[in-house]
Amino acid sequence: MAVIRDVIPAFELFQPTSVDDALSLQSRHGAKAWVLAGGLDSFDWFKDRIKRPEVVIDLSQVRELRGVRAAGEGLEIGAMTTLTEVVRHPMVREKFSILPTAAEAAASPQIRNQGTIGGNVSQDARCWYYRGGWPCYRAGGNICYADTPTGLNREHAILDADRCVAVNPSDTAPALIALDAKMVVRTPKGEQVVDAENYFIGPATDITRMTILKPGDLLTSIRIPSTWAGAQFYFEKIRDRAVWDFPLVNVASAMVLSGNTIQRIRLAVNGVAAHPVRLTAVEAAVTGKPRNEETAEMAGQLAIQGAEPLQYNGFKVPLLRNLVKRAIRGAAA
Amino acid sequence: MNLIQWATSPWGQQVPIHISWTLLWVAAISALAFLIVHALYVSIWARPAHAQASAGASAMIADKIPERVPRHNLSARLFHAIMALSMLALLFTAFLPKVGVQFPWVTYHWIAGIVLSISVLYHIFDVFFYQDFWSIWPDKIDIEDAQSRVKRALGQSAPEPRKFAKYPLENKLYHLAVMLAGLSAICTGLFMMKRVHTPIFTRNPYLFSDMTWGWMYVLHGLAGVGFVALVTVHIYMAVRPEKFFITKSMFLGWMSREKYLEHYDPRRWPVTGQPPPAGAVAGDAESKKAPA
Repeated sequence: MAVIRDVIPAFELFQPTSVDDALSLQSRHGAKAWVLAGGLDSFDWFKDRIKRPEVVIDLSQVRELRGVRAAGEGLEIGAMTTLTEVVRHPMVREKFSILPTAAEAAASPQIRNQGTIGGNVSQDARCWYYRGGWPCYRAGGNICYADTPTGLNREHAILDADRCVAVNPSDTAPALIALDAKMVVRTPKGEQVVDAENYFIGPATDITRMTILKPGDLLTSIRIPSTWAGAQFYFEKIRDRAVWDFPLVNVASAMVLSGNTIQRIRLAVNGVAAHPVRLTAVEAAVTGKPRNEETAEMAGQLAIQGAEPLQYNGFKVPLLRNLVKRAIRGAAA
Repeated sequence: MNLIQWATSPWGQQVPIHISWTLLWVAAISALAFLIVHALYVSIWARPAHAQASAGASAMIADKIPERVPRHNLSARLFHAIMALSMLALLFTAFLPKVGVQFPWVTYHWIAGIVLSISVLYHIFDVFFYQDFWSIWPDKIDIEDAQSRVKRALGQSAPEPRKFAKYPLENKLYHLAVMLAGLSAICTGLFMMKRVHTPIFTRNPYLFSDMTWGWMYVLHGLAGVGFVALVTVHIYMAVRPEKFFITKSMFLGWMSREKYLEHYDPRRWPVTGQPPPAGAVAGDAESKKAPA
């Protein structure tokens, strides 16, 4: 098991002041470079001496990556914008209140002051076998220690597991999917704009990555279109410790009603798979239905179709079902 | 360069986890180099491989040889097609992600592996009971003729090599390599299915020790990159003009009498139902040039 040490291994530190410089450094150093945002994921890796990058590219001095800007009727949030800024920004609170709610739930105030929205959506899995430096699939090995007869997997996946059963721990990710956000990624080939739900990848596609970002790529901003501005939002996070913790399961929904009928809805959950899961089948099933207990019950049952619990995380199945039910019913119900 | 990637197991043991994926490029580049060298050799330096049948003997034999000489029956051709498709599926699903094409490959990979395994089982059954089992194994004549061909290629005196049996020595050695790599990949692959969720096996990642699993992954990987080279060379040989009549026979099931008499020894590969008279052909040849 890894032991946290006081001194992290030496690396060469670069602090670029522009995105172009950051990309140039990434291009020059390739896979040897580690991109540092708020550091809350990175420094754990470094202190445990499990990740030993030769080069660290600290984005904290890149001003163009910070801040919330109006973009048409929507918003553009720089990837280095802190969670606190997201939580407090009046435009975000006014139009897309689900995002501040999710960002606030992500961590303690101190962590929110340091952690960035780009880092929150791009953070690595928190499976302790993986974080402990064991040679599991995600670390390039050939076994998932959490998915063994004796594996401790209370926090692990119940959906879409493919060899690795780690989950994505982001709270803002399902909120961004519910808002139909677009992730703006700069690659060596140019700018790429990706739907939030396609930004995340599961182990079936690449077992060593959580997002589409490859060495040399950089998430620069997140665009939130006006499509869901002012919709009825629901976010709920279940965690072991209320003060701050990673989600056992969280749910985010954006819903537009016509009277009591669900006109359109986007619904996503996290903590149940290696990527946030948009529940498109549930969305399709409840669209056009009245917002009531019956619809909520049906949505909850549909959400858990295909769930495969491990030894110790069977509780996540009813938890997911109930959270989806509550998201459909809404806070007022 | 480390040919094998090692890791420290939770018990502090150094265990192999898989091959270095650099070997994929080594295999691909080696195959490409072979293609280039072979193409140059054939076009510039190749000497006559063996003597050809004399006109008289050919005429005598030709009377007994049908226009279309049956070479691969439908069963063998179907096996080859299924095996080829599953092998290509296995290679693409295994190695496209390694070169940056990301997709959910595992399910496709094990399904293709199951298809390959069943087709190989069928092939083994077929050759044991319905085909000429020994026709694909190198024999004494193959070795003697290979020695003669090498000596002649080096300018030394040696007896003229005879014409081929149904399969030339190169074919036989290729089959041997494919068989070894294939059985390695299939056996390790079937065990590796115990590590992933499939409807076929109950998952048991602790079936073997980390060390045994590690070597299994290494062997599977070596067989896989070996197949990159083997399949590349196979496709190259299949499209070479002077070999194309063999490729055609894999699709049509037969080759022409002319090609049969030109390249094969009817005593070593008697056409079914048309056995030639003993001593009628090989050795009493009129030489024609054919590449090695």
